[in-house]
Amino acid sequence: MNGSKPKLLQGNEACVEGAIAAGLKFFAGYPITPSTEIAELCAARLPQVGGKFLQMEDEIASMAAICGASLAGRKSMTATSGPGFSLKQENIGFAVEAEIPCVVVDVQRVGPSTGMPTSAAQGDVMQARWGTHGDHEIVVLSPSSVLEAYTLTVTAFNIAEELRTPVILLMDEMVGHLREKVVLPEKSELVVRDRAKPDLPPGQYKPYADYGDPAKIAPLAAFGEGYKYHVTGLTHGEDGFPTNNPQAGATQIKRINDKITYRKKDLPQAEELFTDDAEVFVFSFGGTARSAKKAVRDARAAGLKAGLIRPVTIWPFLEEPLLKAKAKKPKAVIVPEMNLGQIVRPVKRVIGDTCPVVGLNKLGGQYIEPDEILEAVKEAILRGSAS
Amino acid sequence: MRREFRLAGAGGQGLITAAIILAAAAAEHTEYNAVQSQSYGPESRGGSSKADVIIADEEIDYPEVKNPDVLLVMTQEAFDKFAPGVRPGGTIIVDDTYVKDVPPVDANIMRYSISAKAKELGREIVANIVALGLLVGVTGIVPEDATLQSVLARVPKGTEELNEKAFLAGVQAAKEIV
Repeated sequence: MNGSKPKLLQGNEACVEGAIAAGLKFFAGYPITPSTEIAELCAARLPQVGGKFLQMEDEIASMAAICGASLAGRKSMTATSGPGFSLKQENIGFAVEAEIPCVVVDVQRVGPSTGMPTSAAQGDVMQARWGTHGDHEIVVLSPSSVLEAYTLTVTAFNIAEELRTPVILLMDEMVGHLREKVVLPEKSELVVRDRAKPDLPPGQYKPYADYGDPAKIAPLAAFGEGYKYHVTGLTHGEDGFPTNNPQAGATQIKRINDKITYRKKDLPQAEELFTDDAEVFVFSFGGTARSAKKAVRDARAAGLKAGLIRPVTIWPFLEEPLLKAKAKKPKAVIVPEMNLGQIVRPVKRVIGDTCPVVGLNKLGGQYIEPDEILEAVKEAILRGSAS
Repeated sequence: MRREFRLAGAGGQGLITAAIILAAAAAEHTEYNAVQSQSYGPESRGGSSKADVIIADEEIDYPEVKNPDVLLVMTQEAFDKFAPGVRPGGTIIVDDTYVKDVPPVDANIMRYSISAKAKELGREIVANIVALGLLVGVTGIVPEDATLQSVLARVPKGTEELNEKAFLAGVQAAKEIV
């Protein structure tokens, strides 16, 4: 579905079209509001492009299935919402440890537990980061428009394939269910990275080779192409077989973390608006960033020096734009999010006591309105001028 | 230019579909920007349902409608809940098949028996498309022929003829009311 003709597309639909443009060939899932349209559309679209759709018995099996399909050489994805995201965590950890490229979409809804199925929230920020156990880096991207649901899905596949790791696309109900006019990029405008093939014959190939360089990641041989190797969630050596050797274990864990931090600079960065001379910064991601953008524009129209920082990559956390903001000695950083305060924590860590970091939080599935953010900006400027 | 529309009623009346078609007609057949969003309960029938459309010649950041310029209501509950929020001097299109109690508000109220008309045409399920024809006829926000194209592109196969009749009945009704 490419081409320059404008279309009305839903965020969830755009995610599927982006996945297919990136080469998605296998989707396994268990439908759940507000991500259901992703499974529905994959069921319709994948057979048209030579792919396979499997509805599994639950979310755990879906995550396991995409790991298997990816090891067989196919670009794979699953989609869910909070309750299912919880269930997938064990096998997300498996994909991290066994270095299996895949994309996991979480269209957030109100939690904990089954919560409010049809209502928006951004409560899975920390779960996306630390939902699975053990020391691991994970790449989490958060779109704030329908077009970005498309482009970031393509990016998510590229990162997954290049870094041999699961990538989380953290959407929220607001973006997942929003329909918006979009002009999708032409196929020729898209960068699609395919998986590197091993350059060594079976027998010499090491699926978890350590080159002593975080820039170099062993290619992943596809099962069925003559390569036999061991895949395990146990800490393993270069051949993939488990090891209890403390040094080998430490090296392996370090390696799968370093390969991601090393490439942090290449991940999608932050969108900045009016940050050059801003006195108050609004730091906001996903659907809520739409309100933040409107609030910052309204503030500027009223002569207030507000600026927006919208991180596109949520994890690893992008310190750079906040460090730039910090150097300007701002009056405040306002952090609106549809939860009780999650992304505000790393913001506080970076800003320190340079200025107040003000959380603006809303629960119950209600969007944070631009006027609420504008009020917070006004207050921060007033208070900042008084002190 | 920025016009905000809210279509409200009960789950099953097809108002989300009508809103999608309205937004699609604007997005795919005009130069305008359009967004469509909705809120609904976990049940697919009977609960309350609300769909919003914003059509503008500028970027649309915040997608939720606050004070609609045009409100279409197809249940009494929807009228009671949303009529007070309409922008002063705005327009409220009322399906008087179901909305009986219409106290005065600062808006132009247009009454039409939308659901009854749909039933007369064959099936009440096309009431949403009668309503869409009426809304487009009354507001002129998108061309009628472009909207009809979007209707035909998005309704189930085999129902095109009935839906076209329903849309044209709504457009005709608009001419009679205005």
